[in-house]
Parts: sequence; C-alpha cells; structure tokens
Amino acid sequence: MSSTGVRVEFPAGEAPPPPPRQSAFRRALLPLSFLGPALLLLFVWVVYPMVATMYRSLFNDRGTEFVWFDNYEQIFTEERLQTALKNNALWVLIVPAAVTAVGLLFAVLTERIVWSTAFKISVFMPLAISLFAVGVIWRIMYQQDPDRGAINAGIAAIKGEFGSEGVLTRASPSTDALDGSTSQGFVLKQPMSAGDVAPLGLTAIRVPEIPEDAVQAVEPEPLRGGITGVVWRDFSPRGGTTGKVDPDEVGIPGATVELRDADGKKVEDAKTENDGTFEFKRVRDGEYRVAISSGTFAEPFQGVNWLGDKLITPAIMFAFVWVNAGFAMVITAAGLASIPRDTLEAARTDGASEWQVFRRITIPLLAPVLTVVFVTQIIGVLKLFDLILSIAPGSSQDDAATLAFVQWQVSFSGQNRFGLGSAIATFILILFIPFLIVNIRRFRADTT
Amino acid sequence: MATVDTAVETPVDPDTRLSAKLLRFLGRTPVHIVLVLLAIFWLIPTTGLFITSLLTPSDAAQGGWWTFVTKPSTWTLDNYANMFDNEGITHALWVTVLVTIGATILPILVAALAAYALAWIEFPGRDWLFLLVVGLLLVPIQMALIPIFRLYNDLNLFDTIPGLILFHSAFALPFAIFLLRNFFVGIPRDLMEAARIDGASEWRLFFKVVLPLGLPAIASLAIFQVLFVWNDLLVGLVLSQQNQPIAPAIAGQLRQFGSNLDVLAPASFFSAIIPLTIFALFQRYFVQGLLAGSVK
Repeated sequence: MSSTGVRVEFPAGEAPPPPPRQSAFRRALLPLSFLGPALLLLFVWVVYPMVATMYRSLFNDRGTEFVWFDNYEQIFTEERLQTALKNNALWVLIVPAAVTAVGLLFAVLTERIVWSTAFKISVFMPLAISLFAVGVIWRIMYQQDPDRGAINAGIAAIKGEFGSEGVLTRASPSTDALDGSTSQGFVLKQPMSAGDVAPLGLTAIRVPEIPEDAVQAVEPEPLRGGITGVVWRDFSPRGGTTGKVDPDEVGIPGATVELRDADGKKVEDAKTENDGTFEFKRVRDGEYRVAISSGTFAEPFQGVNWLGDKLITPAIMFAFVWVNAGFAMVITAAGLASIPRDTLEAARTDGASEWQVFRRITIPLLAPVLTVVFVTQIIGVLKLFDLILSIAPGSSQDDAATLAFVQWQVSFSGQNRFGLGSAIATFILILFIPFLIVNIRRFRADTT
Repeated sequence: MATVDTAVETPVDPDTRLSAKLLRFLGRTPVHIVLVLLAIFWLIPTTGLFITSLLTPSDAAQGGWWTFVTKPSTWTLDNYANMFDNEGITHALWVTVLVTIGATILPILVAALAAYALAWIEFPGRDWLFLLVVGLLLVPIQMALIPIFRLYNDLNLFDTIPGLILFHSAFALPFAIFLLRNFFVGIPRDLMEAARIDGASEWRLFFKVVLPLGLPAIASLAIFQVLFVWNDLLVGLVLSQQNQPIAPAIAGQLRQFGSNLDVLAPASFFSAIIPLTIFALFQRYFVQGLLAGSVK
C-alpha cells in the first residue's frame, strides 16, 4: 500500500484549504489506494474465476474440446443430477417455508415471556456450530438401533407406552400340541369343548420379557359349561415335564387367548391372570379351538432407518431446520418488536380477536422481515453442501445429493469432471440471478 | 362488543383486572410448557454429542448416550487426551486457528479501506463500483473452486495456509464492504468535515475517526467471519490436503462412522467449542450483525 503519495497534510492553524489542485492521476490515486487491495482480491479470487468457470463450462471434462451446452444438457439427463435437481426442488419448496414458519412461531411464543432470552439462546446455539459438527450430531441422533439412536429410542418408548399390547416378542410352543407362529398366534391342535382344560405351554421366552407380575403357574380346574386353561412358561431350570405345569414355572399374565369356532372364527377372547390362567365361562355345545392370539406378541421395534435411501432427505431437512430456526426466530422477533404497540392496541380496542390481529396486522407488517428470512434460506438451501456430506452415509449419498454436492463430487472427489462441475456451478449462479436483481434494485433505491 | 364491556368494567372493579391477570397467566401456562419442551428438544442433540465424546468405546458400546447422563462417574476425558496426542488433529486445529485469524483480519482491514472510499471519497463511478460489490454478494464459492484449484497448483498456493486465507478473504469482501460502507455512511458529515478542516489527511481520518467509530460493525463482522471460516468444510476440502483445517481433516473419519465415535465425537465437539464460546461471549454483536445484513 502506497500511502506516501497521497498524504496531503496541512500545517495546523492554516486556513481551510480549497479543494486541493491535483492532477487527474493524483486524484485517482487516493481512492485507488483505498480500494486497490479489495479490487485485487475481488478480481483474482471472485471475478476472474467466475468468468473462467462460465467459459470452462462450455468445454468437455478434460478441457480439450468446445462442446457448447453439452454439460448443461448433462445436468438434466444424468441420473444422479436428476436426483439432485429433484432434491433441490424439494428443499426449496419445503425448507425455507418451514424455517420461516418455525421462526415466526417461536418469535410469537416468546414475546412477553420472561425467560425468552434463555429460550432464544437454546434455539440459536446450533447456528454457531459448524454444519459438519451438526452432521455428526444428527448422525448420532439418527442411528437406527433404538439402543443407540435417540430418535428411535424415543419412538420405541412411545410405542411401548401407548402402542401394541404385546407382552412378549419371542416364544415358541413347548410341545407339538400347539401349532402356529408369533405372527399368526399359536393354536391348540386338540379341539376343545365345554368342561375341557387347555394347556398352552410356551418356551424360548427371553427372561427379561417375562412380565414382573407373573407368578407360579396354576393348572386350572375344569369349569362346567366353560373352557379354562393356562398360558405358561413351560420351562423350569430344574427340569420338569414338558406339557405339564411344574413348580417354578410361571404363568404369562396379559396374554390374549381366543376361542375360535369350527370355522376358525373368533367367538370370544380373554386375558390371562398373573398365574397364567384364563376362562371362557359360558360356552355353547360344540367343538372349539383355543389359541394364543398374535396380539400377545409384538414385533420388536427395529428402529426407523432414517439414513437409508428413502428418508435421508427429510432427515437432513429436519437437521437444517434445527440449525436455522434460531436465525429466523431472532430476525422475526426483532421485526415483531418494531411493530408499534399502538397499532395493535387500536385493533384490539376495535374488537378484533387476537387471531385477527395476528392475521390482519402483525403478519402484513412483518412481511418484509419474513421475506428476508425466506430469501436467505432459499439461498442457503441452494448452496447446501456440508450437511449432505456429513449426515448421509456413503450408501445413501446419491439419494441425498443436491446440486452443490454433486458439483463437488464430480469435480473433486477424484472424478475431475471439470466441464460438468463448471456447468453445475454456473447453473447454481443462474438460479441466484432473480435474488441478485432484487438485491441490486433494493440497494439502488437505498443509495439514491 | 366484548371490548366495550371491558372498557366499561375495568375501572369499576379492580378485582376483575386482578383475576383477569391471573387467568391470563394461567392461560399462558401451556405456552411455558411448550417452550420448555422445545428448548429441551433443541438442546438434546448437542448434549448427545457432548456425552458421547466423554464415553470410552466400551461404555459407548453398551447403550445409548442418554443412559450415561445420570452416571457422571463413567465420563472421562480420555478421548480428548487421545485427540491431543493425535498429531493429525492437533495440526489441523493449528491450521484452523491460523487460517481463521488471517482470514478475519485481512478481509476486514481491506474491506474497511474500500468501504471508506465508497462512503467518503468522491470519485467517478463510485456508485457503480458499490453496485458491483452488491452484485458479487451472491456469487457462490462453487463458481471459484475449479479455476482457483488450478491456479493454486500453478502458484504453489495449493495446500498452504496463505492460499486458504486469501480465498476466504476474497469471498468475505462483498459482504464486509457492503456492511461497513453502510455503517460508515451513517457517520455524521459534520464530524468528517470538521476533521478535514482541521487538516487531517484521508488516512488519518480513516484510522483516527472512521475505524474507531466503526468498531461495533467491525466486531459483528469479525464474529461472523471467525465463525464462517472456522466452520468451513468445502474450501478446506478442495484447496488443502496435508494442511487441512479441522472439519475437512476429520471428514474422512465419517466413512467408518460408528466404530470411531471416540475420535469423531470429541473432535467435532471440540471444534464446536470455539465458535460456541465466541457466540456466548459476543452474542449481542452476533445478533446485531445478523440484523444489519441478512443477505449473505
């Protein structure tokens, strides 16, 4: 930086100088010396590469042949790029709107809440973390095994609380008197009629799954005009006879037993007691089948495969919203704070409901702020790269890919397809042009 | 209708107001509950990374991180100790520090000079130049990666710290110039005129008047830039190899995700500590910066 040439100093106390007479060169030198470093950096690292990339996009991957717009055609025909285009469209349609809506919701909810700062910091914090670390964070959250991934653990817990009423996940018949499987239920082959007792013995039960209230199984007495029976764990550490209720063998409480007619249709069902017994009190004449219903057995929850090819894009979108909600919230909250209270109060005095005030006054007044949030998110989404690389495992990377990700993939992950890479970059720039025009218009309006 | 009633009643019976207040507070209880749940939900993922980073591989194999939240005795800093023994990672952290410092100071200084000229020095084409800067705001870095990658190979800047600093600096300039110019324009004209009349040179004016007055904007900008450069993945991935910053350096670990969480989790969490600290300390500037120009 040459500062000596421009230093024009006046001795203190002298009258204010008229605009100093300078040669055109010297006049240009002053702004140039201030602007020079910026212009140099911008030219070499931004403007020149931009032009070079556009030019390069018209050549083949090795740069040896001018191919007109073949690379651009490639964007719309190559399979992985079609996926990326589709993903980008989904991202643009869903995510900016979701982020803006969540931000608005949070901003409104925290208005007039005493501890809003604490809330805002919690939601805002992810914005400071690198998207790479965010990716690692969510990969830990999304692990499929419910014993490792917190999200699937949460789903498993909710399922256990409200979901299917299965008591066991696994069991098999202790003798071949029973037929079937856990998914169809186990049927006693021997037909039953009033006065009979149905022994339904099961083995291969995992010990931790035995309900806590289970007690010593009891073989029930026959019931006149009814059918009784017992569902029990037909296994004793001390041996015992299979098919018989021995000491140390527990009943299975809560199992659903069905009474089926000759056609196999369910007539009635019953739940077993703590000792495993059940009874159907009044049974008409005729032959019946007794079965442990499949509802007794719940399929163990394997965990949702969030990072598989089907759900990977929604999974990454969710993480993105998690990061950016804080941004939207802070901007929107500042907008909310600047709405004059009087306007709102006036509307309320005129009899508008809270919802009407929100819908008719708050939202329109917030519109410029919401637009800024929305547009910022669109731009962020179109440039999205880090999260794809860090969340999507290799196997579903192609399903999660966005344009910016494929741009890197084809250019730098060993493929060296610089023609296509340049075309994709230029394509992303073209997508930005509408925002560019809006920006320039806005700032021209500002400066004049 | 309803408002007419309340307008008449409120002054008459203050008890109604009190009970109305109470009712409103109770009515807001669900809002408080929802907000508490949301805040917890927002904090869970980061907590998960933190706890995971404190577990030995054998503990981590036994169950989800949440089962260890209540067992602080199982937490250990061993993973972090191992991380600092790992030369690859300490080198990457060092590179990140240097690149971040360089790529924060350089563009802010350069941008401040340019912004000063755009705000306070008359010269032909000034507005056009500023418009060009605004135009460059939206150029995605993808536009520069391929030519710069090749240029760096020719200039021996590939895989060097100056190479990364210069790239980040250049791409920080449009936003920085835009923000600072708008801030500098707001300096009272009288103040500038007075200084000029006193015979201060443009350089003096810049260093003694404009720069100190611009400190709040510069602080916002610096925080943004530190976070941006520290958190970068793409530029480091493309323009460096042996001298990679932390994010690209550990990105390779993702391929064996699961078996190497004792490496990945502490490195990721540690790399997040610096930006989180900066965020916590300078939150105000951060938010101000966001509000000043959410265009980047």
